[in-house]
Amino acid sequence: MTFLGINLFGLFGQLLVGLINGSFYALLSLGLAIIFGLLKIINFAQGAMYMLGAFFAWMALSYFGMNYWVALVVVPLVVGFIGILMERFLVRPIAHEDHLYSLLLTFGVALMLQGIFTHVYGSSGLAYAIPEELKGGTRLPFMYLPNYRAWIIVASLVVCGLTWWLVEKTKLGAYLRAGTENPQLMQAFGINVPLIVTLTFGFGVALAGFAGVMAAPVYSVSPEMGSNLLIVVFAIVVIGGMGSIGGAILTGLAMGVIEGLTKYLYPEASTTVIFLVMVIVLLLKPSGLFGKEA
Amino acid sequence: MNRFTKTLAAVAVAAATSTAAVANVSDDKIKIGVLADMGGVYSDLCGPGCVTALEMAAEDFGGEVLGAPIEIVSADDQLKADVGSAIVRKWVEDEQVDAVGGLVSSAVTGAATKVLTDAKKIAMISTAASNAFTTASCSPYNVHWTYNVAALANGTVKPMVDSGKKKWFFITADYAFGHALESVATEVIENNGGEVVGVVRAPLATTDFSSYVLQAQASGADVVALANAGADTVNSLKAATEFGLTEMVDVAGLLVFTPAAQAMDPDTAAGMRLTTGFYWDYDDETRAWSNRFKERHGSIPAMGHAGAYSMAMHYFRAVEAAGTDDSDAVMAKMRELKPDDFFARNAYLRADGRMVHDMYYAEIKPADQRRDNDDILNVLSVIPGDQAFAPMLPECNFAD
Repeated sequence: MTFLGINLFGLFGQLLVGLINGSFYALLSLGLAIIFGLLKIINFAQGAMYMLGAFFAWMALSYFGMNYWVALVVVPLVVGFIGILMERFLVRPIAHEDHLYSLLLTFGVALMLQGIFTHVYGSSGLAYAIPEELKGGTRLPFMYLPNYRAWIIVASLVVCGLTWWLVEKTKLGAYLRAGTENPQLMQAFGINVPLIVTLTFGFGVALAGFAGVMAAPVYSVSPEMGSNLLIVVFAIVVIGGMGSIGGAILTGLAMGVIEGLTKYLYPEASTTVIFLVMVIVLLLKPSGLFGKEA
Repeated sequence: MNRFTKTLAAVAVAAATSTAAVANVSDDKIKIGVLADMGGVYSDLCGPGCVTALEMAAEDFGGEVLGAPIEIVSADDQLKADVGSAIVRKWVEDEQVDAVGGLVSSAVTGAATKVLTDAKKIAMISTAASNAFTTASCSPYNVHWTYNVAALANGTVKPMVDSGKKKWFFITADYAFGHALESVATEVIENNGGEVVGVVRAPLATTDFSSYVLQAQASGADVVALANAGADTVNSLKAATEFGLTEMVDVAGLLVFTPAAQAMDPDTAAGMRLTTGFYWDYDDETRAWSNRFKERHGSIPAMGHAGAYSMAMHYFRAVEAAGTDDSDAVMAKMRELKPDDFFARNAYLRADGRMVHDMYYAEIKPADQRRDNDDILNVLSVIPGDQAFAPMLPECNFAD
């Protein structure tokens, strides 16, 4: 079955793969959308936190015999706690300075973490197997869908949906949005804004840790894994629009599909296409696709 | 003679003999620089391990050649050609470095060898893959020891084409190294009656290869060749297994270093065919050296580490035989003497600087055959050097 010289079965396969990657992007950009979009902190260590998530999953298995499912719960908590410490002792003392300071600080933290892990575990990475329950796959008419990829879609969409609901629909989320909009007024109402900021930062970082555990069985667990993805994820948040959780999720999905199609039609451009979209979006709508006008 | 004059005479004699001994060694030292990626993506392939290997070579040779002490210095090229060539220039111009070892990324190595050739100093290339150093940009001062892309292609591709796997699909890293590997492999495929049915050029450091794996599946190929390295190989192989590609077709890794093989889940990687210049667990000799290396470095040696050691030992022997550290004389001796150690088997240094030696065709062991995580390869056959490496080009014949 072909259309305009393109094999349609092949195309369906590529669309599905794009959607899988898109849901993974959505998961990754979610944490950043919260920290960058809501708290206005440029956290360049987000990629390193994703890397920590994958490494901790490996350590949990190798040193403590903790399986994938337990790691999926425990590791994000540990990574989130590291995020809380980072916010409290590193980011907050310079919070009143220009945004560039937090960018440089978190970038430094990322480089240090990368360096430490390269020194201890080497640059080549570590092996982490797909959990027994998710091995194998289903043969669809147009492609073979591995069970683990199906799980990525389900888990990402559930986590994205819950986070969106938490931020946009609950009282806690309302405090958070109001607290970042007008901290003085919220504090006058007796809301502990610094505590909310710390917990939100920790939550955003925990999401990166969760994505890291999700990635460990299918991508190379290596010190560089986060830095490769971070810039793409920043671009997704910018395209989606600052401060929009839903925007980041939808943009993540869309960019996965666009990147997937590029990989099919002209692979050489696959790492560039997202930035091309970013340039176009910024020119036409500087606040991003779903961003609120500043 | 009183006691004073006796002592004086003794000192004079000692001074005279020691000066005579190092008379032909410039600045009374044999100084080797190790230029490598020390903390980046390629640091496991050579990096700090190559420094260890060179230090072991210096110690094993007795710490001195012709009475001149051996000194090892090292620097991080940060995988940048400009950084690498600046370091090498400083070494040869201001710090009396006689030869530079390590040399990992082909781009950095290309820049470094130019500086070394201008200064008439020897480049001891242990880990770079490109075959350009003994072809397009050959030089009388280049020594390329461990392997090159041509040997990898001949070693891995030819036996598979001969066994009837005629249709090939490439997943190629989209930069100079990947293109070089793809083009030499394509030549081998076509010369042996096979054909290339498709190619995808994946940008360096691609995380997700599933899209390319689907394209490979649809191509109807018998073999999917991974013309990439490091994390790209790991990620592409993971996707190939996950999407069931490895059940339908053979996957050939055109450049797989032992650290990358260790980074793959055995269930994913088992059965993959590859060519390597060295395997630590091949026989008693390789094990003896590798265990010493592991004790000092913490992990088993990759082929670049063993190559760096073997090359340095050969260099020291050549300096001793030549009676000088003059590069032209040393190069002549390096070609004349036959390297023969745990690494270099049936080996000789060709007049173009290519060290021709036995290569190994191997497969990755399944989990149930492994003793531990160091036990990763089954060596299937030995490829004689003359079959593995491409013939010398007449314009690169530097024999005098």
